[in-house]
Amino acid sequence: MTTDSSEAALKVESLWKIFGSKADRILGTPDADLSRKELQAKTGCVMAVKDVSFEVAPGEVFVVMGLSGSGKSTLVRLLTRLIEPTAGTVVMNGDEITAASEDRLREIRRHHVAMVFQHFGLLPHRKVIDNVAYGLEIRGEDKQTRLARSQEMVDLVGLSGYESSYPDQLSGGMQQRVGLARALAVDPELMMFDEPFSALDPLIRRDMQNEVIRLHEEVGKTMVFITHDLQEALKLGDRILIMRDGEIVQIGTPDEVVGAPADDYVKDFVSEVPKSHVLTLKWVMREPRPGESLEGKVMQSDRIVKDAAREILDSDDPVRVYDGDEFLGVVDDDDILRVVVAEEDEPGSEPAPVGLGKSS
Amino acid sequence: MTVTAPPPESKPQAKVVEEQPFVEEAKQRHTRLLLLATFVAWVVGWALWKGNHTLAIGGAELTDLHRWLNDVRDDFDNSRDSNFFLQYVVGGISDAIDWVVTFLQELFSQPAFPRPVPEVGWLGVVGLLTWLAYALAGIRSAVLVAASLLLFGFLGYWEDSIDLLIVTAAAVGICILIGLPLGIWMARSKIASAAITPILDLLQTVPSFAYLTPLVLVFGIGPASAVVVTLIYALPPLVRITEHGLRSVSETTIEASSSMGVTRLQLLRKVQLPMARRTIIVGVNQCTMAALSMATIAALINGPGLGQPVTKALQSLDVGTAFVSGLAIVIMAIMLDRTTTAASERSELLARRGPGSAQRRRIVLAATGAVAAALVYVSHTYLWAAEFPEEPDLGRPLAERVTSFNDWLTGNIDETTNALKDLVSYGLLNPLQALMADSPWWLVAAVLLVVSYLLGGWRPVITTAICEAVILGTGLWNETMRTLTTTLVATAAVMAIAVAVGVWMGRNKRADTIVRPFLDAFQTMPPFVYLVPALALFGPSRFTAIVAAVAYGVPIATKLIADGIRGVSPTSVEAARAAGTTAWQMISKVQLPMARAAVVLASNQGLLYVLSMVVIGGLVGGSGLGYLVVSGFSQAQLFGKGLAAGIAITALGVMLDRITQHAAARSGRH
Ligand SMILES: Nc1ncnc2c1ncn2[C@@H]1O[C@H](COP(=O)(O)OP(=O)(O)O)[C@@H](O)[C@H]1O
Ligand SMILES: [Mg+2]
Repeated sequence: MTTDSSEAALKVESLWKIFGSKADRILGTPDADLSRKELQAKTGCVMAVKDVSFEVAPGEVFVVMGLSGSGKSTLVRLLTRLIEPTAGTVVMNGDEITAASEDRLREIRRHHVAMVFQHFGLLPHRKVIDNVAYGLEIRGEDKQTRLARSQEMVDLVGLSGYESSYPDQLSGGMQQRVGLARALAVDPELMMFDEPFSALDPLIRRDMQNEVIRLHEEVGKTMVFITHDLQEALKLGDRILIMRDGEIVQIGTPDEVVGAPADDYVKDFVSEVPKSHVLTLKWVMREPRPGESLEGKVMQSDRIVKDAAREILDSDDPVRVYDGDEFLGVVDDDDILRVVVAEEDEPGSEPAPVGLGKSS
Repeated sequence: MTVTAPPPESKPQAKVVEEQPFVEEAKQRHTRLLLLATFVAWVVGWALWKGNHTLAIGGAELTDLHRWLNDVRDDFDNSRDSNFFLQYVVGGISDAIDWVVTFLQELFSQPAFPRPVPEVGWLGVVGLLTWLAYALAGIRSAVLVAASLLLFGFLGYWEDSIDLLIVTAAAVGICILIGLPLGIWMARSKIASAAITPILDLLQTVPSFAYLTPLVLVFGIGPASAVVVTLIYALPPLVRITEHGLRSVSETTIEASSSMGVTRLQLLRKVQLPMARRTIIVGVNQCTMAALSMATIAALINGPGLGQPVTKALQSLDVGTAFVSGLAIVIMAIMLDRTTTAASERSELLARRGPGSAQRRRIVLAATGAVAAALVYVSHTYLWAAEFPEEPDLGRPLAERVTSFNDWLTGNIDETTNALKDLVSYGLLNPLQALMADSPWWLVAAVLLVVSYLLGGWRPVITTAICEAVILGTGLWNETMRTLTTTLVATAAVMAIAVAVGVWMGRNKRADTIVRPFLDAFQTMPPFVYLVPALALFGPSRFTAIVAAVAYGVPIATKLIADGIRGVSPTSVEAARAAGTTAWQMISKVQLPMARAAVVLASNQGLLYVLSMVVIGGLVGGSGLGYLVVSGFSQAQLFGKGLAAGIAITALGVMLDRITQHAAARSGRH
């Protein structure tokens, strides 16, 4: 997906964050090219985010993924300057955050962005409804408006009946629903999530992921979603940014990341993903062999392998793959089975080479 | 057998390598061996040079500094009406406080001329304070307050008790006015925190006795001086805890608020203060207890209140009277502690109640308030409700009984106590005192420097050197070494008891539940109270001070060690148990080593508590720095020497604190 910068919801350009007392003296020196560990040993500074640039389109769910310590939380906080960047620019809906005054920044935080945190960050001394209303309260909305709006949000996230509970009376999943409602209440254009479900049990986590998908469909906000969980990234993301030691390793759609991992680091990450669930036909098709039948069914190249598999296996001729009207290639039973069988090999073995996708 | 094994690697040659933290390498040290060598060298030096350069001076002997300090005092006294600073700043503060105290006294405890009785009599005070306790801390506290107040009266100390309450309350009130904003400021500004924290550290290191003389120098003696010294002593815990409470509001919550665009004021009002409310009330509790303890000691500089009868009784060795007035202090300590603790626990509950019950609460408070007001009116109007009745008098018979019991006791167990006294004196106290006080001063100074280097590295060495220089300057090196001896012996006893009891409590939940409330209660007692039983058992001697100091130091040290043991990760304990560790091995190889930082911290607190009590013991013990401080008040020509003694006490406290703090920081890093 390419976005024209004029219409991007969020545009980040060579963003840096170095923690430490002499941080701003490192940029532009050869030290900036050192590895994180060497830099820390030499200067005591930690390179948390290193020269990161990306764009997010309106309505997109943009996932940032990486191991713990890779700089995800720092990155997302740089976007609204909860942490001050060492260098770089952030532009949100044409508004340059990195140049905004203190007041303008507060204005943006109050109206345009909202964030959901891993450990919820709720106010323990306030009832659920007052927690949800908090963002409206601090920007000075009157009591009636904010209560009505909060009630709406409480209902939206499925917390009706718990308005007068206190956060510590709720389970983790419910608390995070409060966090969601609080973020939604201010009707932001951009929502940011910092590993919001990492502290939850797997089943609850799945529930909450579905909740985010549902909310995204209903309210259609642009979302920046941080996670260390590849499954979650693949499930939610329109595009995924993979980070390592503060740097971008790869940006791509889920099938690009799985089908064409940028390096061994990403490959290792995705090696256990059931490929048939992520890859589209584009990644498994090939040039037709000479003399092969071109009479088979027609399918679009963005269909997920898993969904198309039954039909392809059932058809006698190889299936023809199109992108719109343009013919791309064919897929037959062997191509499908190769993807499925590769999954059943023991994890860690080289995935079978697939498709015509970009070489890895 | 279940051994906790690391989770199996899913892939042996994984390419996704977890990032390893950056770690500095630790240095190898041989602390114990070097300490032993230092000790041997010390003993050899002592044998060679004992009796030389000990810097001992006689009781009435004065140095130039002492005489100069006397002159300074005279200058201060002579220029109270001419010097701008003394007349307007000091005089202004002094007059304002005197006015408040007199106002409160005439209202509640002393005859308000031309009335023969205060404006509000005992019945009114009981009604008012009971209602206040009910409103702030609930019905149980109200009952406790009413009962305590009545007991003060029946023990025969109504006026002294209310006076003590007034001094304490005045100090705590000023503390809150100053301390809350200061704590808030420190929580919001790193610079303020960095600048003020060392001052608070110093204030909390200075033993209470050492505050008195400088305060007298500036404010003279009397209620104003007593309130000021009390508030200086009680301020640090409130500021500290306020800052801590605000700072420990969860980072995520603050971040979440910032991400929504709060202003700093909104953050304070809507997030930090409500979330820290309970902690701040705990701070008020600590502040109140510190104020009570200092307000009793301030009797030595003519502060009104219960400290007066206790001091007089202690100085005249009247155990019976000391016991009864000490008992009144104990009751007051319990009353204040319980009430403020209950208020802190309640603050949460109150905030969470629905609107219906808030309405009901208002009605109940108004009704009970009306009753209290009626009692105030009655006590203002009728003499019987104004003067506390003479009968029934519990105090005098109790004092007589205690005196006769004490006579019987000392007659019968004298041998046991004397045997204990001799054992400690000849076995520990005298040899150590010989080493400390009979060695040449430069030898002891060098030993202290080496020890502080071995325990804490270079930084405490610098502090030690400065403190040694200050002590030398005061001309009281020898006295200081005597006090240090007593302090070290008492601290050794404190640590022996604290480790034994603390380990027991840390390993046994039941023991903890039973013992902890006692420790908590003992910890709230003002130090004077400890002197009474020690005096009863051991008579006036330095040993009395040691016993009182041990009793005073044990609770805090024990609690710290128990918490340290309890804080050892349960996983480590479980893993060790799974490997077949015996109980003794568990204590000596797992729990105590892992709780080492807590043990060192306990010795730090133990030392400071002991030092402050050893000094107070000068009141009955007849030697050491504390005795010099007391003499400074009673004999005009010894004032300068007393002031010098206060300075030496401070230097000693700072030195001991720095050494153990650095040792604790170092042991925490392993
Ligand atoms: N305030 C800070 N000061 C110094 N180093 C920090 C700070 N915050 C984060 N770091 C370091 O920056 C790196 C990235 O941290 P973070 O952004 O929290 O990673 P993630 O969210 O991906 O786990 C880590 O090595 C972390 O130790
Ligand atoms: Mg993180």
